[in-house]
Amino acid sequence: MAQPARPAATYSGQNGAGQQPYSNGPVQNQLMHSSDGQGYSPSASGLYSHQTPGKVPPHQSSGQYNYSGSQNASPLNNYQGPGQTLNRPPVAPFSGSPVQQTGPVPQGLLPVLQNSAAVSSSGSFPPGASPPVLSSWQYSQAPAGQPSGAHGMGTGSAQPPASLSGNTNPPGSYQYAASPGGPPLQNSYMNAGSVPPPVTQPLTPLHPPSRPPLGPPPLGGPPLTRPSALTAGPPNTQPLLNSAANQEGDATSAASDGSVVQNSYDAIEGGGLMATPHPSPGPPNLKMNRSVGYSYPTLPPGYQNTSPPGAPGIQASALQYPDGSKHFHQPAFGTNHLAASMGSLSLQQEGLRPVNLIQERNILPPTLLKAPVPNLHEEIQKLNCNPELFRCTLTNIPQTQALLNKAKLPLGLLLHPFKDLSQLPVVTSSTIVRCRSCRTYINPFVSFLDQRRWKCNLCYRVNDVPEEFMYNPVTRVYGEPHKRPEVQNATIEFMAPSEYMLRPPQPPVYLFVFDVSHNAIETGYLNTVCQTLLDNLDLLPGNTRTKIGFITFDSTIHFYSLQEGLSQPQMLVVSDIEDVFIPMPENLLVNLNENKELIQDLLRSLPQMFTKSLETQSALGPALQAAFKLMSPTGGRISVFQTQLPSVGMGALKPREEPTQKSTAKDIHLTPSTDFYKKMALDCSGQQVAVDLFLLSGQYSDLASLGCVSRYSAGSVYYYPSYHHKHNPVQVEKLQKELKRYLTRKIGFEAVMRIRCTKGLSIHTFHGNFFVRSTDLLSLPNVNPDAGYAVQMSVEESLTDMQVVSFQSALLYTSSKGERRIRVHTMCLPVVTTLSDVYVGADVQAITGLLANMAVDRSVSATLSDARDALVNAVIDSLSAYRSSVLSLQQPGLMAPYSLRLFPLYVLALLKQKAFQTGTSARLDDRIFTMCQVKNQPLVYLMLMTHPSLYRVDNLTDEGALNINDRTIPQPPILQLSVEKLSRDGAYLMDAGSVMFMWIGKNCGQNFISQVLGVPNYGSIPQNMTQLPELETAESVRTIAFISWLREQRPFFPILYIIKDESPLKASFLQNMIEDRTESALSYYEFLLHIQQQVNK
Amino acid sequence: MVFTFAAFCYMLSLVLCAALIFFAIWHIIAFDELQSDFKNPIDQRNPAHALVLPEYSIHSLFCIMFLCAQEWLTLGLNVPLLFYHFWRYFSCPADGSTLAYDPPAVMNADTLIYCRKEAWCKLAFYLLSFFYYLYCMIYTLVSS
Repeated sequence: MAQPARPAATYSGQNGAGQQPYSNGPVQNQLMHSSDGQGYSPSASGLYSHQTPGKVPPHQSSGQYNYSGSQNASPLNNYQGPGQTLNRPPVAPFSGSPVQQTGPVPQGLLPVLQNSAAVSSSGSFPPGASPPVLSSWQYSQAPAGQPSGAHGMGTGSAQPPASLSGNTNPPGSYQYAASPGGPPLQNSYMNAGSVPPPVTQPLTPLHPPSRPPLGPPPLGGPPLTRPSALTAGPPNTQPLLNSAANQEGDATSAASDGSVVQNSYDAIEGGGLMATPHPSPGPPNLKMNRSVGYSYPTLPPGYQNTSPPGAPGIQASALQYPDGSKHFHQPAFGTNHLAASMGSLSLQQEGLRPVNLIQERNILPPTLLKAPVPNLHEEIQKLNCNPELFRCTLTNIPQTQALLNKAKLPLGLLLHPFKDLSQLPVVTSSTIVRCRSCRTYINPFVSFLDQRRWKCNLCYRVNDVPEEFMYNPVTRVYGEPHKRPEVQNATIEFMAPSEYMLRPPQPPVYLFVFDVSHNAIETGYLNTVCQTLLDNLDLLPGNTRTKIGFITFDSTIHFYSLQEGLSQPQMLVVSDIEDVFIPMPENLLVNLNENKELIQDLLRSLPQMFTKSLETQSALGPALQAAFKLMSPTGGRISVFQTQLPSVGMGALKPREEPTQKSTAKDIHLTPSTDFYKKMALDCSGQQVAVDLFLLSGQYSDLASLGCVSRYSAGSVYYYPSYHHKHNPVQVEKLQKELKRYLTRKIGFEAVMRIRCTKGLSIHTFHGNFFVRSTDLLSLPNVNPDAGYAVQMSVEESLTDMQVVSFQSALLYTSSKGERRIRVHTMCLPVVTTLSDVYVGADVQAITGLLANMAVDRSVSATLSDARDALVNAVIDSLSAYRSSVLSLQQPGLMAPYSLRLFPLYVLALLKQKAFQTGTSARLDDRIFTMCQVKNQPLVYLMLMTHPSLYRVDNLTDEGALNINDRTIPQPPILQLSVEKLSRDGAYLMDAGSVMFMWIGKNCGQNFISQVLGVPNYGSIPQNMTQLPELETAESVRTIAFISWLREQRPFFPILYIIKDESPLKASFLQNMIEDRTESALSYYEFLLHIQQQVNK
Repeated sequence: MVFTFAAFCYMLSLVLCAALIFFAIWHIIAFDELQSDFKNPIDQRNPAHALVLPEYSIHSLFCIMFLCAQEWLTLGLNVPLLFYHFWRYFSCPADGSTLAYDPPAVMNADTLIYCRKEAWCKLAFYLLSFFYYLYCMIYTLVSS
């Protein structure tokens, strides 16, 4: 019968050696931890504060880990966000508060394990350390077809010989190096400019050959540096002594002393991909620009202590900035690091230059639009967060709400917090330094008042610098807190100690729920899915604890017992769908590694099992309930494959779409028809379970209702309309590719994300897939690297006396290797007082993205036409505000600030997008799926989806081409999306993010057809061509290089459709021609005229 | 001193009004806890939602009673709130048996602020009406 909780099964068999058995059941945890935890008392904290993790045997559990037994209450409640650990101990059930100050005491299983791992491996360093790392990069074995950045780079960084950058590894994608005209990639990694590449060489000696676990505390640091740290040096206006010798000297002196173990810092990227936690700072990993932080020479002793942050020490390259072309010079830089005023005046002027949109026909830049650079001092800007991760709609924050209202532009942030990064600094430290009052993580934009105190940049509280933080493990110098990696990088990942855990980190658990009704079998999806799953079983992110399970359903629910010792999987059928229960407590979710044969067996036989099924009903609701019951003890990911409208049991839906319905009709069903799925999602969210929905449906399936299950549980939705294995091979390939990415991409479990901003600003609405737990905390049972989020903000109190404001997002998650990690992004932006400055800093893409999110909300809460009007009004209001308040002399025409010159175009693109278009009889599910995408996609892909890039590819030349790894990548200019730009004798590539179209004109040059497409003439181009043959010709090489370069820049695999005039896909191609007039929508020019009319009213 | 139906109505509503005041305070506390992170909106829905329907029905009961007692002034004072409750009840989302305080939406700062304001306004209204009923009760008892 349905079990409330699984008997506490231990995972001990699955754990690596030396790891404490994790237990499932709440009761066991309680016992286990409380019994071990007695020993620690708050008073002991001082004593223990420098104790090294190694001292405690790995099996010992922590005192802190006083896991409260209130499992019955929703864990969410106990579950503290990053910000809550310290300031509200009495309320939180998590009662470890007295001990929490004692950071260094090793309290978690994890840190203990890691440090011991570091110790064990440190002796045999380069040869000994790299093989395990290599083997652990499961992702890196992915075939070249998967160009995901982090994974590719993983291989590179794990190989000692791959010096300086991972560039020797072609499949690795170098997403940030993509700036046209930039220097070759290798240089772009070194964009800290002033650090010459050779400087990174002496890195190796910086790392101690061994790290004994029981070192003296940092207090006993190198005698050479410490006294100097205490001497008050002159204000730091001296030029830097950029001498490698000095650096080495310090390094060796520190190394001889050796022993400070509190912080091990590893530059291993990616996060969560190591099979064994292995934070020992491997020199092989340090060769990229990531290492600039350490590679930078230390200051001469006299100058160490007064240099403010942002002073010369701060060299960390602004982590993989897109423009590799920038060569920053590092002047010696005085005290006033926050004087964010002067720089880039010329840019200012450019940004303000009014553009007459009516006259400028060619408004679209020939290259991809870049995020505007905030007008900060160069030194600060260099440290700022990568705009791909964190972006604000207004890079100049208006000082007051009144000013913001006047500008008529939305203020908000767009985040892509879990993006695959090619380089990510990871800090393992027993204390994570945070502001005591607002819990902000220390970041590059804090100010150090003196050696021992820092001032929070969000709440302006002055905090003490902990003793441990005084020591910089990178330069191995004592007394330079401002040079620690935490203060050098706007994007950083911490290994979280056990204060950040509510329960032992959960194992990765994957449950697949397949629809096997007659309809589902007809589509033949099961074959594809099972085969893809089989192929990628080894690539599922996880460790030895990974668990997997399967459920299938039609009008009944089938479970599969994968008990060890069974010769074949055993199917258990539960036909009572009114009151679903789990037929057996064990063996439905089994360890992936131990039962691999059985699982493979099941996957091979599953597609054949139901071929004769005549059951047409679908009991999705009960199946979800069953899946939830199965998963709730651990949390994890449920992947649901559904092919029709659920028809029986809880959550049954009725068709709501009338076939003749035009989308102009008033009553279009964008809201869910039942709250079953929402409630289900909330329950899942409470148990750290995320539901991902794959909808492969021919008919209407009410995605509006079904989608809720993913939306509130932080899952994702995939939709394959009219999927059929024979009739629609294009969709099959799409499913294969997307599923592969889905299965192998990184995943974070039991995550929460908190977004903080400087006092005075407040966040009021969130967009994306999650459940908002409190005013600034998002609950994300799963987090994946393809999810984007948006927030709207307002200026609550005016920001007088502030020159800059900061935003910080902190994502606390459990990696697939069972480590608790915190990924922190911090962004700093200037505050301005005049309207014209606000317009100068407007980021048109971010504004469009945020408006799209708001429009989705509006169409759900009000109507679609309301949302469309709101979009148009956003343009009209902002442009008329600009006209009336900023422009001094009234010119005829439609004037827009340079920064907003693309605003009308992008809004028009949004209006023509599937989510918001009217007139065409777009299917309801299509529309809702696009809305889901708008909400859940990161900005870059959303922009491509909204306004695709069009290139002419039949005459690619090497002129202005990029050169990456000996590959020449042509850079054709982006064309306007108008049929007028198409010529019959050309071939054009349209890059719409998740899909690419190559349109071949009727009179396209014979040369191109034969040399690139490999067919004799236009007529013989096959109808369903989705691949370019690899030919030996120069044209083919160029075209393929260009397309694969485009593909490498995104983690998923856009399919290329080659279309001719008579292709069925031509309609989708032409639909993206945004500047043209369609049956029901204005052309760009007409739209401008309409706006002009409204603005000049 | 005659015990009329109107007097009975006022006595009953006096008692019930005390209950409504309690409900309003309960809501205020609940939203406050939400805003200050002490509570999870998923848990929140249970107590808060449990009280929404009783509140609405008690208030409707008032109106019916005053209608029957022909206390037009009192009824007039209560009718706006009655209509507001009706609007609230019928305009909630199609999927919402959960009424207004939908856990995913309630944390939206705008919604939360609105809910708090609503709760405070109701508290004020109920308090005032409590004394008004008290006065009316005595008045009817004495005058008749």
